[in-house]
Amino acid sequence: MAKKNEILRGAEIFCRALKDEGVKHVFGYPGGAVLHIYDELYKQEDVDHILVRHEQGATHAADGYARATGKPGVVLVTSGPGATNAVTGIATAYMDSIPLVVFTGQVPTNMIGNDAFQEVDSIGITRPCVKHNFLVKDVNDLAATIKKAFYVATSGRPGPVVVDVPKDVTADSCEYVYPKQVDMRSYRPVVKGHPGQIKKAAKLILSAKKPMIYSGGGVILGEASQQLTELAQYLGYPITNTLMGLGAYPATEKQFIGMLGMHGTYEANMAMHHCDILLAIGARFDDRVTGDLEKFCPYAKIVHIDVDPSSIAKNVPVDIPIVGDVKHVLNDLIGFIKTDKAKPDKKALESWWKQIHEWAAIDCLKYDKSTSVIKPQYVIEKLYELTGGDAYITSDVGQHQMWAAQFYKFDKPRRWINSGGLGTMGFGLPAAMGVKLAFPEETVACITGEASLVMCIQELSTCLQYDTPIKIINLNNRYMGMVRQWQEFFYSGRYSHSYMEALPDFVKMAESYGHVGVRIEKTSDVEAALKEALAMKDRTVMMDFVTDQTENVYPMIASGKGHHEMHLSPDRELA
Amino acid sequence: MRHILSLLLENEAGALSRVSGLFSARAFNIESLTVAPTEDPTISRMTLVTSGSDAIIEQITKQLNKLVDVVKVVDLNEYRHIERELMLIKVTAQKSERDEIKRLVDIFRGRIIDVTENTYTIEMTGPGEKLDAFIVAIDDSLILEVVRSGVSGISRGDKAIQS
Repeated sequence: MAKKNEILRGAEIFCRALKDEGVKHVFGYPGGAVLHIYDELYKQEDVDHILVRHEQGATHAADGYARATGKPGVVLVTSGPGATNAVTGIATAYMDSIPLVVFTGQVPTNMIGNDAFQEVDSIGITRPCVKHNFLVKDVNDLAATIKKAFYVATSGRPGPVVVDVPKDVTADSCEYVYPKQVDMRSYRPVVKGHPGQIKKAAKLILSAKKPMIYSGGGVILGEASQQLTELAQYLGYPITNTLMGLGAYPATEKQFIGMLGMHGTYEANMAMHHCDILLAIGARFDDRVTGDLEKFCPYAKIVHIDVDPSSIAKNVPVDIPIVGDVKHVLNDLIGFIKTDKAKPDKKALESWWKQIHEWAAIDCLKYDKSTSVIKPQYVIEKLYELTGGDAYITSDVGQHQMWAAQFYKFDKPRRWINSGGLGTMGFGLPAAMGVKLAFPEETVACITGEASLVMCIQELSTCLQYDTPIKIINLNNRYMGMVRQWQEFFYSGRYSHSYMEALPDFVKMAESYGHVGVRIEKTSDVEAALKEALAMKDRTVMMDFVTDQTENVYPMIASGKGHHEMHLSPDRELA
Repeated sequence: MRHILSLLLENEAGALSRVSGLFSARAFNIESLTVAPTEDPTISRMTLVTSGSDAIIEQITKQLNKLVDVVKVVDLNEYRHIERELMLIKVTAQKSERDEIKRLVDIFRGRIIDVTENTYTIEMTGPGEKLDAFIVAIDDSLILEVVRSGVSGISRGDKAIQS
């Protein structure tokens, strides 16, 4: 006779399912609706619970963890405010296609809809910013729903999935069976690309005279960096990465011509504008990348590879669309290209590269290195040197984020962790904490600014409690820098509410949370201070760099402009 | 251009709001939307009338397909198809007007399904255009209430849209 399955309570099923799913860390915060679950977490040792100080921090930490490891991040919060506080983090993950499974407690099923204490329609609130969500109404569905949630979050184009669990479901009991596989008739993501399309793309790509490869975050999510590198190097074509795609192709390799888009390099944007064949891989033609759509790649035929059909031809018409998992498609594409009789046009490429090198000679990222007041770019360059380019770097949102993207050269995928799509200030610190938990031996630094940093500063407590020694690089210019930059350019310098008055003393703040704080005010002190901080392997160090207040991010494409209409700096106008 | 989209979706709580939420979030147009279970109680059929350029209809179809609860999306404009809509309309029908209204209902192949001293309630089916024409034909001042079901559509011939 078959062995009978165990009868477990919903809360036990929750913990067992996480264990069976291979989950090691859960980021969460307790509350009334999830107390049965917390009681079970207390009794087990398979899953580590990380107590954050705000539910937004839980979602960002799980998100950072997911971006760095490729595994889904897991969050557990209570009903009502627990769920609403998590929404910003869920939306952040949604915009960047990051796999999260977020469990929200809910009031008991018989009270749903009664405006009960800490009740909120979590399913309704999160619906527009999740890949999918589930309300579990019966304990018999709990295990299967958890399995589905992980499957949906991690397959196809990944994304966050919310599972709303009413309190009575966690108290009820049933047989525990964790499904081995999931089959959903309404959800079957495409894996293989259409061979006919791939073949057509191969022919077109090989015919290029002025080719360009534009790759995005999809290559990182799809674990296809190796394939991308192999393809680009066989072809000898120039390659640019989006903000989300940095690290998918080694930044120090000679075919890499920098990031593209609003704050991309001159050479990358000019090459986009002038190319005749554009190969877009796992990128979604975001408005910060394309500039004015009317002026986007006017001479190019476009091949677009993406796992999500709705990303294709959404903003820009495409000549050869290929829907499929990027790794599979690239493997097939490499096969077709290498066996084709046609070879890359060496002569045409030579003159194309000559042109690109001329653009690059402009040195668009140049900044004044002679000042004693600290230039933010310099701090990042030094951090890059001192970490050997091999640290995990998280960032918040604004000028510092763009400088980090421009000046820290990422040679490996999953090292650059930032909120690209939603642009969530407050992301960097909790994300760094999540990364450090995943990789305790690695150097993890959060490049931030004083405005972003304070948005989730409470997580410094979590860093202490769970011993996640990260390095916080606070580029403190006493302004919301990017807001200030736009106000300078487009609002005649009326700095409306972008000035950070009454800032805290970041050194004392770090110390009060039990960490090390340092304030650095001169360029000549930057290197030594960074060295010292990096050497403190077991401490979280807050480095408060007092930087130039007026520094702007260049190049810049203003809205309504094309790739060839960049703004280089106040004293350098080109194009 | 006007398109009729026929959807099969999981008969789950919230599936309808996923579809309607998608349309409002992405600023797509909905002219009408009807939904009811099918012969398979786990599947609902939705018929949705929308309009937009080819590029927008392509995006709508792709975004609908992306919803986890949606099993299938078919653009009926790509097939020979039949569309029907049900209208219930209540009109003032005083003695002097009764014959004229009755004749008009007959011409449009409708039926009078409820009668009071002062009113007729009329049932009529057909493509949306026919129902529009009836409303135009009948004197505006007589109309008390119009209830329309929204369009249902099905493809012609042997072909069937199944899960």
